[in-house]
Amino acid sequence: MDHYLTAWLLAAAQTALFVAAAPLLAGWVKRVKCHMQNRAAPPVAQVYRDLAKLFRKQPVIAENASWVFRATPYIVFGAMLLSAAAIPLVAVDLPTGAIADVIVLVGFAALARFFTALAGLDIGTAFGGMGSSREMTVAALAEPAMLMAVFTLSMTANSTNLSAVINFNLDAGLVLRPSFLFALSGFAMVAVAETGRIPVDNPATHLELTMIHEAMILEYSGRHLGLIEWANQIKLMIYAVLMANVFWPWGIAREFTAPALALGAVAIAAKLALLAVALVVWETVMAKMRLFRVPQFLGFALLLSLLGMLTHVVLETG
Amino acid sequence: MSTDAWIGGLMESLSGAGATAEQAPGLSPARLIAIDPGAWGVLGEVAARHGCRWVAGWGEDMGESIRINACFEKAGAYLLARTAVPRAHPVLPSHTPVFPAADRPERHTQDLLGVSFSDHPDARRWTRHQAWKTSEHPLRRNFPVSGHPPEKTPPDHQYPFLLAQGSGVCEIPVGPVHAGIIEPGHFRFQAVGETVLNLEQRLGYVHKGIEKLAEGRDAEGLARLAGRISGDSTVAHAWAACMAMEKAGNITAPPRAAWLRALMCERERVANHLGDIGAMLNDIAFSFGFYHFARLREDWQRVSREAFGHRFMMDCIVPGGVAPDLPPRFIAAMRDEARALRKQIGKLMAIINDLPSVADRVRGAGVLKPEYARALGCVGYVGRASGMDSDVRRDAPYPPYDRLQVAVPVHHYGDVNARARTRLEEMAVSFDLIEALLAGLPAGPIRAPWPPPAADAEGLGLVEGWRGEILSFVRFGADGRIARFFARDPSWTTWPALELLIRDNIVPDFPLCNKSVNGSYSGHDL
Repeated sequence: MDHYLTAWLLAAAQTALFVAAAPLLAGWVKRVKCHMQNRAAPPVAQVYRDLAKLFRKQPVIAENASWVFRATPYIVFGAMLLSAAAIPLVAVDLPTGAIADVIVLVGFAALARFFTALAGLDIGTAFGGMGSSREMTVAALAEPAMLMAVFTLSMTANSTNLSAVINFNLDAGLVLRPSFLFALSGFAMVAVAETGRIPVDNPATHLELTMIHEAMILEYSGRHLGLIEWANQIKLMIYAVLMANVFWPWGIAREFTAPALALGAVAIAAKLALLAVALVVWETVMAKMRLFRVPQFLGFALLLSLLGMLTHVVLETG
Repeated sequence: MSTDAWIGGLMESLSGAGATAEQAPGLSPARLIAIDPGAWGVLGEVAARHGCRWVAGWGEDMGESIRINACFEKAGAYLLARTAVPRAHPVLPSHTPVFPAADRPERHTQDLLGVSFSDHPDARRWTRHQAWKTSEHPLRRNFPVSGHPPEKTPPDHQYPFLLAQGSGVCEIPVGPVHAGIIEPGHFRFQAVGETVLNLEQRLGYVHKGIEKLAEGRDAEGLARLAGRISGDSTVAHAWAACMAMEKAGNITAPPRAAWLRALMCERERVANHLGDIGAMLNDIAFSFGFYHFARLREDWQRVSREAFGHRFMMDCIVPGGVAPDLPPRFIAAMRDEARALRKQIGKLMAIINDLPSVADRVRGAGVLKPEYARALGCVGYVGRASGMDSDVRRDAPYPPYDRLQVAVPVHHYGDVNARARTRLEEMAVSFDLIEALLAGLPAGPIRAPWPPPAADAEGLGLVEGWRGEILSFVRFGADGRIARFFARDPSWTTWPALELLIRDNIVPDFPLCNKSVNGSYSGHDL
C-alpha cells in the first residue's frame, strides 16, 4: 500500500517537474543558440517571465471565433500534460507509465494537432488556413514515420509500453542494434518536424507567409497564447526525453530511493542539456528548407524507420 | 561612352509630329524636346522602336495648362520629352501600351494632377486612397498644402483587385500592416495550393505628399526634404536633389564636396547591401549569417556617425556642397576599415557558400526574366541581375565618377542568388571606389556660395543610389523657391518586377524574393 502511494506521489511529482522544467529546456536552447551566434543571451528564466506576462494579459479573441478557438489551448495543453505524465523522466515503472503506451502518445500529439489546425481554420484568416494546410501536409508523413520508429523499438522489446522498452534496454546492456540506429535517426528527423524546428519550420520568424505552426496560432493572445507556448515547450521536452530515455536509458531510477532518484534527475538533466546543444548546432549550420522539400525530408525519415524495422526482422530475430 | 546618336534618329522619325529640340542646359545630360500632345502616343511608339528605356514621367500645373514630361534613356543618353495639355481638358495618349514601366507613374499623375491617359490599359487609381476625393487633385496649384482632410480617413476597401477564379484558387491578403517592423503595403496573392498564380501590389500607404511639400521651399529645405524620401537612401536622394538644383542655378559644387558626396554615397551603398544580405539570410532562417552581417553593418554605420555626425549621413549633403568636412584622421581609418570589411565578408561568404541548404533556397527562386526587366526598365541590382547592364556612374558619369573607373557587375539568371551576388560584387566595387576616393580626395572648400537661381530655372539630377538610378527634377519659382520637385526612386521600376518574378514560385518563398528586391515603400509612394 505504502509503495503504491509513494509511486503515485512520485508520478505526480515527476509530471509536475516535467511541465515545470519544459520552459527551462526551451530557455536553455535559446541561450546556447545565442552563444553559438555570438550574441548576448537572455537569462534562462526569461522564458518563464514571458509565460507569466502572457498569463497576466487579457486574451483578445476574434469576433467570429467559435468554441473550437477558445477550447483549443486547453485541449492542446491537456494533451501535452497527459503525454508528459506517461513518459518516464526520472524513474521507470511509475503507475502513470502503465496507463499509456507509445501509441497513445502519438494519439495525443495527433489530437493536439487536429485541434490546433481546426482553430487555425476557425477564425477564417488566410494565414490560419495556410498554416493548417501546411501542418497537415507535414503530419501526414510525420505520423507514420514516428509510428514506424516506435514499432521498431516495440518489436525488439516485445512491448509498446515505454517502461517496458526502457527496462528491456537496461537489462540488455549496451548492445549496438542497427535497427535502433535507423529508428533513432528517423525519430530525430520526425522530432525536428513535429516541434517546428529548422529546417522544417522557424520558431523565431515574423514572416507570416513562411510559417507553419506559428501561422495557425497567429490570432492567439494572452493566456491562450501562454498555454499554447507552454504546450509547445512541453512538446519539445517530450521528444527530447523520449530520445534521451528510450535510446540511452542509463541513469534512470529503477527503484524509488532518494539516491536513485537524485541520480535519475541529474542524468536526465545532463542528457537534455547535451541534446539541446546538438539541436542548436543542427539549427545553426542549416538554413530552412523550401516547403516542398519537407515531404522529401519526412519521406526520408519514414524510409529510415522502415529500414530500422527491416533490419530488425532480418538481422536481429531468429 | 555615352552616345546620343539615337536621339537624332528618333527626331527624324518624329518629323511631322511637331517635335522641336529646345535648349535646356540645366537639364543636361538630358536633351529636351517639345512635342504636340496629339503626338505623345507616337513619341512612345517611336521611342519603343528605338529600344529606349522609359525612365520617368511627371506633370506640373502651369496655370492655364498642365505640362507633362517623360524621360527616356538609351546607352547613357537621356531624352526629356515635354508636352502641355489644357487644364480644362487634360487628356493625353498613354505610353503604357508600349512601355509597361509607365503604368504606375501615369496613374500617379492621373491621381495627383487629374490628367487622364486616354488609352491607358488599367486606369484604376494608384496613389489616391481615400484621404482626398476623386475630384480633388493635390498637385494642382489651387489645392492647399494642408489638403481637406476628412475627420477620419475612410478605409481603402473598395479597390478593385484582379480576381483569379477556378477550382482550388484561393486569395491571400497580406498587409498593409505586417508582422515585422517594415513599412506598410498590401499584397494580394492568388494561389493554387502554395503556388502563386498572381500577385498584385497595392501601395501608397506611405504617401507623404513629398511633391506638394516641396513647393515653396528654399534650396536648403528641399535638400532636407529629399533626404527624407526614403530614409535608407537619404544620401543618394539628397545628392540627386542638390545636383538638380545646382544645375538649375549653374552652380558647381567644389571638387572636395563632390568627392565627399561620392564617399558618403558609397558608404550608404555598402551599409544597405550588408544589411540586406543579412536580412535575406534571416528570411531563410540562417541566423548565423544574419547576425554577422548585421554586426558588420552596425560597425560600418558607427564609423559613418563618427566621421559625418549621422549613422545614415542624413542632411550631410547640402545645396552647393556638403555640410561636414571629413577629419583627416579618417582617411587612413576608412581605408583600413574598407580593407578589413572586405576580408570579413570574404570569410563569411566562404562559410555561407559552402552550405547546400542556403544554395537550395536562393538558386532558381524568384527569377526575373531579362525580357521582363527590360520591359519594366528595371535599374540597380534588380536590373543588373537580369542582364540590364546600366549604371549612371559609368554611363552618364557625374563628378567625381567622371574621373574614376566604375566596374559594373552584371548577371543573367535573375534569381535571388543573382541579385545577392550582384550586391556582393557591387560592394567590392564600392570598396575599390572608397579607396580611390580617399586616396585622391582634393583639398579646398566644401561648399560653394548659393545665389538663388533665377525663376523658371530647371535642373535634372541623376545619381546612382544603392537601389539604382535616381532621377530628380527641380524647377525654381520666384525668390529662389521651389515650384516643382519630382524624384523617381528606383523602386518605381523594381516593385512591378516583384509582381512578375514571384509568379509560379511558392507562397513561403515570397519574403525571400521580396527581400532580394527590397523596394522602398516610402520612395515609391512619395
